[in-house]
Amino acid sequence: MPEREVKLTIGPQHPMLKEPESFLLTLRGEKITDMTVRLGYNHRGIEKACEGRTYIQDMYLVERVCGICSHSHSTCFIQAVEEIAGLQVPKRGLYIRTLISELERIHSHLLWLGVAGHEIGFDTLLMYTWRDRELVMDILALLTGNRVNYGMNTIGGVRRDITAEQIPQILSTIDTLEERTKYYVQVGTQEITLRERLSGVGKLSKEDAIHLGAVGPTARASGVNRDVRHDDPYAVYGELSFNVITDDHSDVYGRTLVRLGELMEAYKLVRQILKQMPEGPIVVKAPRKIPAGQAISRYEAPRGEDVHYVKANGSDKPERVKVRAPTLANVQVVAHMLKDGYLADTPIVIAAIDPCFSCTDRAIATTNIDNGRTDRMDWPTLRTYGIDWYSKQGIDFAELNRKLRTMRESN
Amino acid sequence: MFRPGKMTSQVLRSLFKKPATSMYPFVKKPMPKDFRGKLRFYQERCIGCKMCMRDCPSGAITIRPVGEKKFVAEIDLAKCLYCAQCVDTCPKKALEATPDFELAQLEHGKLKIVLGEDAGKDTKTETK
Repeated sequence: MPEREVKLTIGPQHPMLKEPESFLLTLRGEKITDMTVRLGYNHRGIEKACEGRTYIQDMYLVERVCGICSHSHSTCFIQAVEEIAGLQVPKRGLYIRTLISELERIHSHLLWLGVAGHEIGFDTLLMYTWRDRELVMDILALLTGNRVNYGMNTIGGVRRDITAEQIPQILSTIDTLEERTKYYVQVGTQEITLRERLSGVGKLSKEDAIHLGAVGPTARASGVNRDVRHDDPYAVYGELSFNVITDDHSDVYGRTLVRLGELMEAYKLVRQILKQMPEGPIVVKAPRKIPAGQAISRYEAPRGEDVHYVKANGSDKPERVKVRAPTLANVQVVAHMLKDGYLADTPIVIAAIDPCFSCTDRAIATTNIDNGRTDRMDWPTLRTYGIDWYSKQGIDFAELNRKLRTMRESN
Repeated sequence: MFRPGKMTSQVLRSLFKKPATSMYPFVKKPMPKDFRGKLRFYQERCIGCKMCMRDCPSGAITIRPVGEKKFVAEIDLAKCLYCAQCVDTCPKKALEATPDFELAQLEHGKLKIVLGEDAGKDTKTETK
């Protein structure tokens, strides 16, 4: 009997996924011939919500775009705001910002290593990496006062200074973690089950990585030497020396090695930052009203390049905030990587980009099913369209509006 | 050198070690001194400028006058993000974050707390 194509919907709610998102796989036997990602299930309307809040409130809202790389999003947003306002952040403030961002990278990569282990049934790795991750989480709680959404940034600098007593604590934790990561590098390079399971899975050639616009460890594992920290240094990365880790395995195994290498680089960076950190103020006073202007800010989050666009109109609220989370750049790559792969590899290939779907689900794309056009509608047209659509279903808003009015009047 | 079971020795050694987890809630890990938990309110310092209300990202705090130049802070613990922006904003340092993080309640109504002495109600202070 000839094999026929089977369409398989995965998600939005599916045990394979750590976050809800919908994928449509086309299968021929066990092989995947096509895959579509249907974004939108997690849409939270953060960008719109930003427009209705002041810059200080937005700082905490933007921080909650992502639960793992919260510092990345808040720094990226604040860099754009500071550029518009023309604020010169003190050196010490920038150093502390960079320190937190590197500690965040450590916790994010250790978390990914555990998740990757879990997705391939290597739960021992999950247990040990997550145990070690607690050490860096404790340091973050010590420095910032929170374990996840640190709230360390403020417009014009950082909110908390680092005291002399905290430095030995950070250094000893970093030593322990470096020791542990060396062991994980050994596990990664010597454990044959890990290598065999991950090699050749989710292949992405260098050309495709550039063509599809992959970012972060996903691109670097395909040999693309691309890192915002190195290419367009922000904060104090220009004063620090570090290597951009690349690998030419071009598969999930390569992505594991890149992340392990980046962990080792992050420990080096943390030591450098603590050594070079100058004395002085940590924050400059920022105005509540930001002058009119616009700025784009780039930031190398643990998952890749994060881009924020902020447009200010002279009031204390931004006119427009646009967030391009790293996963949005990488999610198209997943569809390419899964092609001609096996169904059983789907969980690890999706997990290998370290996806964060709620960060990504921000754009709305509409396609008119009658003519296939993807025109955008302005608010009044959308409203009229909505009312028309409902009246065709037999729901009349005029009647409901009248009822609402009488209810209000009677109150 | 490639071999399977690289982590076996680690796992076996861990059998004879203390668990990495602690027996919460019987054993409590102290939070760092500067941890951002439940707020503390110094009623005598509050001047009722309501700057904290203006800056709160989630609208969790309400400053309500209860008498002549006397205010109470109503906090919705369910809405609070524990970012402590109000602590930074307050010009008179009337608010402070405490390391108290065990704030779960079985009833939603109990999450709304009033900090400071309320003239109209029971004079019990909830500032702890």
